[in-house]
Amino acid sequence: MDHPTTSTLLTWMTFLPLMGAALILCVVGLRAMGVVQKAMADQIHRVLALVASGAVLILAVVLWRAFDPTNPSVQFVQHAPWIPVFNIEYFVGVDGISITLVMLTALISFIATIASMPWWPGNAHLDEHHFTQKGVAGYMALLLLLQTGMTGVFVSLDLFLFYVFWEVMLLPMYFLIGIWGGPRKEYAAIKFFLYTLAGSVLMLLAIIGLYYNGSDGHGHHTFDMLKLATWGRLTGFADAPLVLGFSFVHAAWIALFIGFAIKIPMFPFHTWLPDAHVEAPTPISVILAGVLLKMGIYGILRINYAILPQATKWAATAMAVFGTINIVYAAFVCLAQKDLKRMIAYSSVSHMGFCLLGMSAFTQQGIDGAVLNLWTHGLISPMLFLIAGVIYDRAHHRNIEGFGGLAQQVPEYAGLMGLAFFASLGLPGLCGFVSEFTVFLGSLVQWQTLTIISASAVIITAAYYLWAMQRMMLGTLNPLYQSLPDVNWRERLTLYPLGALIILFGFYPKAILDLIEISLRNLIQPLQ
Amino acid sequence: MNNIASLRFFLPESVLTIAVLAMFVQDLLVRHSPRRVTMLTAGALFWLALTALATWLTPTGKFPLFGGLLMHDPLRIFFAWLFLSATLLTIIIVPRSKQISSARLGEFLALLFTLVLGMFLMASATDLLLVYLSIEMVSLVSYVLTGFRRADRKANEAALKYVIFGGVASGVMLYGISILYGLFGTTRVIGAGGIGAQLADVTSRLFLAHAFGGQPAAQLALVVAVVFMLAGVGYKIAAVPFHMWSPDVYEGAPTPFTAFLSVGPKAAGFAVAIRFFFAAFEKQVPGGGYVQVGDLPWPAIIGIISAISMTLGNLTAIVQSNIKRMLAYSSIAHAGYLLMGLAAASTAGVQAILIYLIVYVLMNVGAFLVVIAVSRETGGEDIKDFRGLGTRAPIAAMALIIFLFSLTGIPPFAGFAGKYLIFAAVVQKGGFWNVLLAVIGVLNSAVSLFYYARIIKAMYLEEAVDTRPFEVPGVYTGLLVALSVPVIALGVYWEPLVRWAAAAFGGVPAL
Repeated sequence: MDHPTTSTLLTWMTFLPLMGAALILCVVGLRAMGVVQKAMADQIHRVLALVASGAVLILAVVLWRAFDPTNPSVQFVQHAPWIPVFNIEYFVGVDGISITLVMLTALISFIATIASMPWWPGNAHLDEHHFTQKGVAGYMALLLLLQTGMTGVFVSLDLFLFYVFWEVMLLPMYFLIGIWGGPRKEYAAIKFFLYTLAGSVLMLLAIIGLYYNGSDGHGHHTFDMLKLATWGRLTGFADAPLVLGFSFVHAAWIALFIGFAIKIPMFPFHTWLPDAHVEAPTPISVILAGVLLKMGIYGILRINYAILPQATKWAATAMAVFGTINIVYAAFVCLAQKDLKRMIAYSSVSHMGFCLLGMSAFTQQGIDGAVLNLWTHGLISPMLFLIAGVIYDRAHHRNIEGFGGLAQQVPEYAGLMGLAFFASLGLPGLCGFVSEFTVFLGSLVQWQTLTIISASAVIITAAYYLWAMQRMMLGTLNPLYQSLPDVNWRERLTLYPLGALIILFGFYPKAILDLIEISLRNLIQPLQ
Repeated sequence: MNNIASLRFFLPESVLTIAVLAMFVQDLLVRHSPRRVTMLTAGALFWLALTALATWLTPTGKFPLFGGLLMHDPLRIFFAWLFLSATLLTIIIVPRSKQISSARLGEFLALLFTLVLGMFLMASATDLLLVYLSIEMVSLVSYVLTGFRRADRKANEAALKYVIFGGVASGVMLYGISILYGLFGTTRVIGAGGIGAQLADVTSRLFLAHAFGGQPAAQLALVVAVVFMLAGVGYKIAAVPFHMWSPDVYEGAPTPFTAFLSVGPKAAGFAVAIRFFFAAFEKQVPGGGYVQVGDLPWPAIIGIISAISMTLGNLTAIVQSNIKRMLAYSSIAHAGYLLMGLAAASTAGVQAILIYLIVYVLMNVGAFLVVIAVSRETGGEDIKDFRGLGTRAPIAAMALIIFLFSLTGIPPFAGFAGKYLIFAAVVQKGGFWNVLLAVIGVLNSAVSLFYYARIIKAMYLEEAVDTRPFEVPGVYTGLLVALSVPVIALGVYWEPLVRWAAAAFGGVPAL
């Protein structure tokens, strides 16, 4: 095998949460036997979830310290045969494309787990009807299962394994939205599930096509992404037959892209996102925006770019145009939103457009900016959703017009909200600015008009954020909220780390850029 | 092989024949015993074990029996095990289901064994007459078992509909067989002078064309005959347009029998189809692959039926509120997926079908078992009766989730492995129509999520009207665990499935 096993770290990172979930089920068994009381069992479940995802975060730091950014090939590889008949392998590893996302997954999952703790511990009357009190065992187990699925997607280097993780992730998400969500949870959950499944089954066909038309160079079919990438770069799948009248690479590219575009989500496949976000409980929105959306872009880079470079070139313009539509269209939609969470959801759509625009330019800055944007948006959007969650927990609504003058009542909250909003609208000094700027720098040489249009849309972004800020925080205090409490310790634990990282990477993005640069240079080299 | 020598290889069927007779006698003997149910079940399990032993002892090999009436090969043994498993599950499920009165249990079990005998014959028949007779044997018993609850109006309606549709289908099939006889002068499919040999031989093809006044006329007659043959097979597997009976029958029949019907006769129908098409219209070439003989576009016919079956089945399932009817339409859709494997007309396609059938037995019987468990408590079979099942019967609900996601084809459940292999077989075959069929197939599996998720939604997402926990018999809980563990295990590691299927057909994994 070309990439011998060098480490089991990634396997631990992937499956530790699953073990946590298994332990939770054991506690459920103990509770059914009457060994532990319900309140006690709930606490054990919470602690188990915190420990499991906290341990993964520690491992992520270990991974980051041990990762060699000067080495362009995959690291921390683990290789084992799985279904030998079809050459399917358990093959995990990270390189510059995935390292940041693996770290992000660990970080965001841990923050989401903290955010899933009782929001006002000790005040039973406040906690009583909160989602964190309902079915704790199931919730925590599903959250951990979700983390396994997400980490698995980013570390798999075998297409089949990738697909299995990709699908496995849908199941917990469906239940987390569907059981613990808001008033229209059933609709939102099934919509999310159907959209993603429709995309991923097309992806499955493309994966089967890649398997049968690709080769590992020794005459065997393979699901190995790295071998398929070599094969795709060298032969361009020139021998593959036509598929429904398209050349094979184009058909496979489109099928994969639709699957990923639904996840990004790219216009016109984005309509599941606002519903899912609005109905999902806060920690799940955090994970949705922080990690799940990144999978679409990651998949395009890892599979479409690496394995089908010819077709990627062919589709560059379309990607750039759709990216621009995402940026501009979603920004205008944000402007019209009355629900704070819905506005933030659409702002995610808009920000993911930057990634599409940047990566379709095939310049070093463009693609660096795109991947950097995954990281920065992965820090900012969870903070935004946590901010929305804070106010929803207190006021039980998120109507922007329904507040006013909150800054005098809850100054700390207002300050954090300001930080998150300014980071998202691209204020220099905060990390959102760096990635947007890098994207524009990279895309301007290739797509002048589109870049100018997109850059102008930043004004709209500023407009909806500032306007929302003004309506909620400034002016006279709405008398309804005269006794609104400020952020509590649980919320501080989630908000301050994110805020600190947002500022840190605003000044020092090099920490991330160093990690990703070499891998991305190799990735776009056949495209230039 | 001559008749006497063949008997050695006919052992499972012989045991089954004796079992049927013995079970009727047994029913009379224990009629007045207070432990009737236990004794009848034990008797049935005994005879089933004996049949399994006979199947296990049957020497392996690949040759025709009784002068070409039957084919003895690994495929036959594979289906024998599949049928035995489905029967075992049914025998375990029946006594506690509250759907068959204990006074008539013996009758039910004896009839069930008759049906199994018919299925065994279907799986090995290579003579069109025997194909017809074995299908009729399965059908006639199925009519009786569908209408088993005589006092139930729905059961009566279902049985009557079943008889009428069945009569038409078997009549049409018989007509197809008679045309084939007219064309070839034989009802044998295999062997020298059989249909397959005649089609493979250029001289006899020319003779055929000449006798029918030209190639187009002979071709037309052949296409008509094959489509008519398909009426009989399509009726057994519940493929469109021969599916009309299935929602009513699934709803009206006692649920344990519905579960059996959805996996047993369907698998037997596929056995007949695989055998017929591969013996008559395909020729094995050195290296194990198959090439088509004659120029009958049978894969295209199957492909069209497949696409329509899955689309219609899935779309109609969406609007059902009775869960048995929903599962009936789902089973029509699954017939469509399975037919995709046949439409691929390759060893890989057949292996994928076999794998899918194994998985299908596990997950479909499992799903019906939960339906039985719910209806014996609530008395209803509507989706609304599943409300709050997540808290009322956590293990049953969890198992049903696994079965339903597996039926949808989501990893890491075994249904995904089955679907993946079917799609892979079609994509491997390639070509415009096959890829189109694969696209229709995958989109259909996305659609199917919608109605399966309706049940999951009722169980977990909706608030229960009645929150009292209800009792699931211990044997059912055990069975649910026993079915859901392999659904997960084979979903994570499905290499054994591939090996079993390869051993049954083609020898080596062909995908």
